[in-house]
Amino acid sequence: MNKNVIVIGGGPAGLEASAQLQNMGYNVILVERTHELGGHLAKWDRLFPDGVPAKSVLDSLLANIGGVKYFLGTEVQSVNLLEKSYNVILSNGITILANAVLIASGFDLFPAEKKEEYGYGIYDHVITNADLESFFASRKDKQAVPDPRIPLQPQKIGFVHCVGSRDEKIGNRHCSKVCCATAVKQACEIKEEFPQADVYCFYMDLRMFGRNYEDLYLKAQKDYGIRFIRGRVSEVAEDIDKKLVVKAEDTLSGKPVKVTLDLLVLMAGMKNSGAGQQVGSMISLETAEDGFFSCRDSVYSLQKSNKNGIFFAGACTGPKTLPDTLHEARAAALTVHNYMKNFE
Amino acid sequence: MADFGYSLTPSSRIDLNKADRETFGKLVKLEPDVLKCMACGSCTASCTAGVYTRTSIRSAILYLQNGREKEALEFIKGCMLCGKCTIVCPRAINTRQLVLSICKIYNLK
Repeated sequence: MNKNVIVIGGGPAGLEASAQLQNMGYNVILVERTHELGGHLAKWDRLFPDGVPAKSVLDSLLANIGGVKYFLGTEVQSVNLLEKSYNVILSNGITILANAVLIASGFDLFPAEKKEEYGYGIYDHVITNADLESFFASRKDKQAVPDPRIPLQPQKIGFVHCVGSRDEKIGNRHCSKVCCATAVKQACEIKEEFPQADVYCFYMDLRMFGRNYEDLYLKAQKDYGIRFIRGRVSEVAEDIDKKLVVKAEDTLSGKPVKVTLDLLVLMAGMKNSGAGQQVGSMISLETAEDGFFSCRDSVYSLQKSNKNGIFFAGACTGPKTLPDTLHEARAAALTVHNYMKNFE
Repeated sequence: MADFGYSLTPSSRIDLNKADRETFGKLVKLEPDVLKCMACGSCTASCTAGVYTRTSIRSAILYLQNGREKEALEFIKGCMLCGKCTIVCPRAINTRQLVLSICKIYNLK
């Protein structure tokens, strides 16, 4: 019996699912497009809600993949359905025959430069959530070159929620789910870094849905004095001193508001991974209106695609938190396991 | 001035660059819980004075944060200190005490 399972994507979902499947006795072949495992997690510094180091989670994931064959810097070149199994050809010339393919291709960060009115890539002191994480992560490295966009002593810092999310005009109507908690976490962290700074969060709703997330919000207000302004930033301009003039409406008082900032952080949302969609198109996987892959249904069979033998885990089927992703990875491993029984 | 058939009203824009953070800081020192407000509006909805006056604690807090002290005080002027808002506040802010503290810091009455 062919016990091969191909896992596409070496982020948290792919790593956890691979570890579980390997543990169940399957031959797992993990394919990762970039040259390192860990996906976005490898670039993150700390995780909400408690600020656990991202590295400790990644280390746990990597510690469990012993025995899994993985290929780095390798892409899927073609996927062909034979009678009941899939013939997958990789860019390194290797061909694998597998009964099950698990798509764990994750998400791409919304390219913030598309929201031109916020000035990412145009103004000197506009960064994204990912840039800020890199900054936090790089502080431990004494040789790292500090991000020139982050002033040495910023007095006023702003966070813009929902960048590339809940925005039909940009093509993403969906909520990216994790940015609220990330923004509140990062607001607290940057206040710790620059205690003298005033920190503002511009939000429409605060979606603090998870366990302890509301506590994080309360902490941000009470212990860190973060100022939450309900209103979407409409435009940002740069003044002669390279400071950022931010305009929004304070919808709670119904009045326009203006504030000049030294640093602006855009909370870029999630969209389906471009590389993942490319693989999806090889097997004509359906995507929904939000661009993410369609599951077999929306409640009971989230790990199944509409095609037999193709499974999903993680953010390729919509924005997810890291714990959500890890749950899905384990659920996907079990779903694959149940499916593989058909071949015994 | 010539009559053009229309007139300009002063800008209603909140300029946070000019907001007085110092006095609000004093209030925070005295009443740290003021920062916990999440603008749910329970206080305003339950206010016995609010039906006939503009009394609204959550608006007062917001306007103080926005540096609009004068307007903020308008929102608590009608308060009769009945304490109903304290009973309903989900963030357990002692709003009645807060009103008294605002009056003290901002020299009202």
